[in-house]
Amino acid sequence: MPHRDVMHGSRAVAEAVRLCDVKVVAAYPITPQTHIVEDIAEMVANGELDAEYIMVESEHSAMSACIGASATGARSFTATASQGLALMHEVLWIASGLRLPIVMVNANRALSAPINIWNDQSDSIAERDSGWIQIYVETAQEALDSVIQAYRIAEDAEVLLPAMVCMDGFVLTHTVEPVEVPDREQVREYLPELRMPHTLDPENPITMGSLGDPNYYMECRKQQELAMERALEVARRADEEFRRVFGRGYGVVEEYNMEDAEVVLVTMGSVAGTIKDTIDMLGDESVGLLRLRLFRPFPKEAVRRALANAKVVNVIEKDVSIGMGEGALMTELKSVLYGSDIKVLGTVAGLGGRDITTGHIRQAVERAQRALRGERVDEVAWAGLKEEAV
Amino acid sequence: MKVNIAACITEPGSSERNKTGGWRVFKPVVHQERCIDCGSCWIFCPEACISRKEGRYEVDLDFCKGCGICANECPTEAIEMVLEEK
Repeated sequence: MPHRDVMHGSRAVAEAVRLCDVKVVAAYPITPQTHIVEDIAEMVANGELDAEYIMVESEHSAMSACIGASATGARSFTATASQGLALMHEVLWIASGLRLPIVMVNANRALSAPINIWNDQSDSIAERDSGWIQIYVETAQEALDSVIQAYRIAEDAEVLLPAMVCMDGFVLTHTVEPVEVPDREQVREYLPELRMPHTLDPENPITMGSLGDPNYYMECRKQQELAMERALEVARRADEEFRRVFGRGYGVVEEYNMEDAEVVLVTMGSVAGTIKDTIDMLGDESVGLLRLRLFRPFPKEAVRRALANAKVVNVIEKDVSIGMGEGALMTELKSVLYGSDIKVLGTVAGLGGRDITTGHIRQAVERAQRALRGERVDEVAWAGLKEEAV
Repeated sequence: MKVNIAACITEPGSSERNKTGGWRVFKPVVHQERCIDCGSCWIFCPEACISRKEGRYEVDLDFCKGCGICANECPTEAIEMVLEEK
């Protein structure tokens, strides 16, 4: 039976890994992810999860072990954050190039230097081109549900790509929320056993990771791109089916107060909660929120549809592409909306764990409203920046 | 031919289908009248693309990359590396 409990977001992820009958977990500790793999280690030690738990010497090795395990057809999991994800960078491309449906949770944390353990999303956004599916979640419940959905999407025969579930470090990993833990049998029904068309099997030997010279390499990349495009529809269906089985779903994008919205805030992750509260406090039908849950594959059509009646968009994001002067989501949104009359503004916020307050959200709304009235406004603003300290 | 998922190789010996002779700049030409049938070229060829047929040595140009080891090892200079024009 499903049961409700209060738990850390990290515990919710560990529960999801248990429910998914993951066979191999390879992990290296890093704040703010450590709770996740600690809880999984406890589950394995207590016999609640029948998995190989591999202690490794680095995140590079953690991902490499997951690649080896996944290549044998074993459902594999790891979790990381920040410098750990950066250390995995080269192996991330091997996991996606080998088309291995590994699922990883990234507890979003700022990158050094200066050393900072707090939350922003620069780490996973820097890996946007690595061929991994990326899901950004708002709550602990959604983190749990998204890990289950991520396996279903990644392992689909039409997809076979690794998937990263990105949850804001501390904001979600270290806060306690009520979470419904689904029934194990229901999860088994939703998530069938992993069947891959390519596995390392002594009975049917194959070579994986061979040379792909200029005659073959481009075709492999195009196959990945096509699989990623198919993943969009698979993700939509996986969420619908999830709603049918478990009674809740999220969509590939979430719309809030969008019916009559002319000003739309666009974001990913937990700050959507603060934005929804701010919109409720404003009580203004002309202000809405579009939360992207999928960042890779980018849900272009869903975004265009959701913004069909919008006039001004303000992208609030916890990353900045240094040298571009704006966040990656803003750049991509402009690309998706190219040719439309929608004005796109950006707000760089929450870097290195700086609080994002309802006041910052109101400022973002007001700037968009001024633009709507035809006033000149800054295209990009840094919320809560201490100008005198720069 | 469709490339397998993740470029996996699912059967042995399939590398023979991947003709690599196009990498070559110089090609070996065997002067049979100087050949003493010592077999050095056959032994030393790193691509195993020299074969002995009725006492004559032949080069499989589908795979010869033109490294010139055969010409270098031949004790009677019976193999000449000639610039290939394509």
